[in-house]
Amino acid sequence: MSERHGMVERRGLSLWITHSLMIAGVLVIFFPIWLAFVASTVTQAEIVSPPMPVWPGDQFLANYTAALFAGVNVPVATMLWNSLIMAVGIAVGKIMISLLSAFAIVYFRFPGRTTFFWMIFLTLMLPVEVRIVPTFEVVAGFGMLNSYSGLIFPLIASATATFLFRQFFMTIPDELAEAARVDGARPMQFFRDVVVPMSRTNIAALFVILFIYGWNQYLWPLLITTDPEMNTIVMGIKQMFPSGDDVADWPVIMATSILAMIPPVLVVVSMQKLFIRGLVDSEK
Amino acid sequence: MEKRVTFRGWALPLLLIAPQVAISIVFFFYPAAQAIWQSLFIPDPFGLSTQFVGLGNFEFLLSDKFYRASFGTTAIFSILVTLCSMVPALFLAVLADRLIKGSGIYRTLLIWPYAVAPAVAGVLWMFMFNTRVGVVSWYLGQFGYDWNHVLNDAEAMGLVVVASAWGRISYNFLFFLAALQSVPRSVIEAAAIDGARFWKRFFTIVLPLLSPTAFFLLVVNVVYAFFETFGVIHTITAGGPQQATTILVYKVFADGFVGQDLGSSSAQSVILLVVVGLLTVVQFKYVEKRVHY
Repeated sequence: MSERHGMVERRGLSLWITHSLMIAGVLVIFFPIWLAFVASTVTQAEIVSPPMPVWPGDQFLANYTAALFAGVNVPVATMLWNSLIMAVGIAVGKIMISLLSAFAIVYFRFPGRTTFFWMIFLTLMLPVEVRIVPTFEVVAGFGMLNSYSGLIFPLIASATATFLFRQFFMTIPDELAEAARVDGARPMQFFRDVVVPMSRTNIAALFVILFIYGWNQYLWPLLITTDPEMNTIVMGIKQMFPSGDDVADWPVIMATSILAMIPPVLVVVSMQKLFIRGLVDSEK
Repeated sequence: MEKRVTFRGWALPLLLIAPQVAISIVFFFYPAAQAIWQSLFIPDPFGLSTQFVGLGNFEFLLSDKFYRASFGTTAIFSILVTLCSMVPALFLAVLADRLIKGSGIYRTLLIWPYAVAPAVAGVLWMFMFNTRVGVVSWYLGQFGYDWNHVLNDAEAMGLVVVASAWGRISYNFLFFLAALQSVPRSVIEAAAIDGARFWKRFFTIVLPLLSPTAFFLLVVNVVYAFFETFGVIHTITAGGPQQATTILVYKVFADGFVGQDLGSSSAQSVILLVVVGLLTVVQFKYVEKRVHY
């Protein structure tokens, strides 16, 4: 943010009030995460006799070890691995097919170009939640239940990334393509040496957004991973709750919740600038 | 908008576009067509054959009191989620905008919840309000308020609304802050010279300038509440008590996968398709308008 000075009042009491309101807001917003963290560091006994403590206990290592290597249905380490493959697979897959199709649409004139463009455009409109039953049948028909390809492919059928790249490619100066043609460069050389390097920032920003999108999926993995070994962490947490009247293993469940949010939070916070840029670009 | 300089050939571009077109056909167009087709049939109770009923599934749905109730539930849910995520976000963004130093730190802290999956947010809030071990429900009990979202419709709705809105506050905050920071300083200072105090300036100058952003966020948040809150509802209430928190997307799942009523579930998908279409048109109309400013 740029420094903005001026005569608009921002000092003394008023500044102090602003800071304290801001801190209060941050505390309220953070409270659920804090409480989950505390619950992941105490014993089950401390949680089931409310009120639970509000400061962390000494069971951090015990609970996180239990979650990662034993879990409830399956070790959480396995679920983390599945989530990682799904999130990276969706992000990389979407970026690759979109770069290629956007390049084709922008830099070529070929039969059916407009039709394909509108076909891709239409997929913007329908979230997977709306077509779950038939999509499930397709995936089951291919024998892709409980597989990484079943987790990944249906979710890369969307057009946001293609549109973003198309818009960006339109801003690449024509002189560059002209020069490439004069030099006798083949289209794919131009793609590799000019288009992809110039799109670096956009690719990175999109990766952040798509990674979080993939990591946070819930309904789709819930439907197609019936084998606990294939569960992703975000959908696996709910599966850790016992059915009926048994008491949930709260410390392990809350440790799993914390583990489930660490990768996307790290990505967002460490790549904040790219993330905000990706957000603004992909939504507008 | 077209490029002047293009490459020759048509085999290569077709090859380049093939992966995306293939995936769209297999996982998007075919299932969408299936949904429309299946919505015209009802399976017999044993699932052995299906019978063509035309628009019968739609007629049945629109006269079904549970489905109509689900429309109402979705409307209330979306309005509340949108309000509960936009108002606090605007408030925080106005505060952050007033600070020259430190607003970066607050922003870093406030974007955390955006990264938390709706389903995980659901687990966190369900834990706080759990009827047996929840801290918040325990303190409410100390004040004599008996919290039970498992039985009480309004409390269940309140909880899924707050849990859904929570992560969206981050998202809205980022957009509001960006919009506030692009309000020209000269305008604000001119008003300050004329003696307008902070709140007066806010309501007469800043808020109108924010309205394009606010409208954009309104549409985006409604879309979010419609389609991306499944995880929150599934983890906290599973649509209950009775059907008090069964929003439309949840009902597609509940009827299609739990109730195995494919005809009805497909018809519901088709209705949602129309809803998405309308929302998209609204969104694009708006985007176009913005471009012409």
